[in-house]
Amino acid sequence: MPTSGRSLTDKQMGVLIGALLRVGVVAAAAVVAVGGALFLWANAHLTPHYSSFHGEPANLTTAASIVTAARSLDSRAIIQLGLLMLIAVPLARVALSAAAFFLQRDRLYFTITLAVLVLLLVSLLILGR
Amino acid sequence: MLRLRNGIEKGTIITTLEFSGLVGTASVGAGLLGSLTGLGGGIIIIPLLTLCLGVDIRYAIGASLISVIATSSGAAAAYVREGFINIRVGMFLEVATVCGALAGAYAAAFIAPEIIAVLFGLVLLHSAYLTLSGHVVDGKDIQPNRLATLLRMNGSYPVSGGTRAYNVNAVPAGTGLMALAGAVSGLLGIGSGALKVIAMDRVMKLPFKVSTTTSNFMIGVTAAASAGVYLHRGYIDPALSMPVMLGVLGGSIAGSRLLTKANTRVLRIVFGATIVMLGIEMIYKGLWGRF
Repeated sequence: MPTSGRSLTDKQMGVLIGALLRVGVVAAAAVVAVGGALFLWANAHLTPHYSSFHGEPANLTTAASIVTAARSLDSRAIIQLGLLMLIAVPLARVALSAAAFFLQRDRLYFTITLAVLVLLLVSLLILGR
Repeated sequence: MLRLRNGIEKGTIITTLEFSGLVGTASVGAGLLGSLTGLGGGIIIIPLLTLCLGVDIRYAIGASLISVIATSSGAAAAYVREGFINIRVGMFLEVATVCGALAGAYAAAFIAPEIIAVLFGLVLLHSAYLTLSGHVVDGKDIQPNRLATLLRMNGSYPVSGGTRAYNVNAVPAGTGLMALAGAVSGLLGIGSGALKVIAMDRVMKLPFKVSTTTSNFMIGVTAAASAGVYLHRGYIDPALSMPVMLGVLGGSIAGSRLLTKANTRVLRIVFGATIVMLGIEMIYKGLWGRF
């Protein structure tokens, strides 16, 4: 197989994406673990209620309100912030791929990747609210 | 498992600490088995949470989706550097899986939990069938396909002592099946890796290893699409998702380390039999019990 310039850049793109995914997952898991420890510390002896569905309070269901609630060091909001970071990891991966295709002047795949990114942003910021 | 469920149904008081410990332990097991068998943790953690621990299926779906993003991203981080993943095929098909996932997650709000449970049971039975039939086909020689060539999808993957080139086939059929995989993922909160692998390996004729790694690469994006919708709907509970995410992630990392040593044949049979039982119980409870 001839090694063309493009396949070399594809490989570098793979290395970058791999690093991004790893750092993102580790960071999100760390925030979830810290929030979880705080949560268990304060609520260890309460009784959990998951057998009937109530839905989460409004301050734990949108990106902006989760960040606000986490600032006041509410343990449930800190966990939710970690989960939000985790949901953002694939988004960041798609954004990075879009940038890489742009640098490769791959117009077709830049457009495809951008479409996926827009759909993800619509989901995270708008749909279901 | 049975004893535990009965205990909770009889109203035994269980504290948050004990509950988190139980969920965390179950999640480690789910992540371990999910990664050893290649089916992912979601397909086993949802029945465990709902059937054994009495969790409402909507909370279970939210927590499972979160764990799916974590394990898929973690595993993809390793595979993407080895050069198996076909990023172009993945990106192209993600348009289909993300649209499917958004439709599935959106529809989930209008479908009764009992029906979701029955659908989940059917997906479990299908996965069991795939696991037990133990199919592995390696890349046969496929003629270049016009559309795939136009989309620059044909690629190569590392084999011992070099790389092997392959051609991609049946793009429209594969894309359609991917949209279905996305809808199942969005509706049920699982990665639906099995369906994704079928679309790439059996329909588009990608080499098996390329199919499984590219599927894993795509699962995180598919799950993130529906996770946004579920977050807004209040399905994602932090206190429940915390032990599920950390447990499944830990279990799947351990599983990927063990993979070379484990006897996957025996494991597949045990796992297949387990998900048949869980599938039948999900369907039974969905149809005749309370969910």
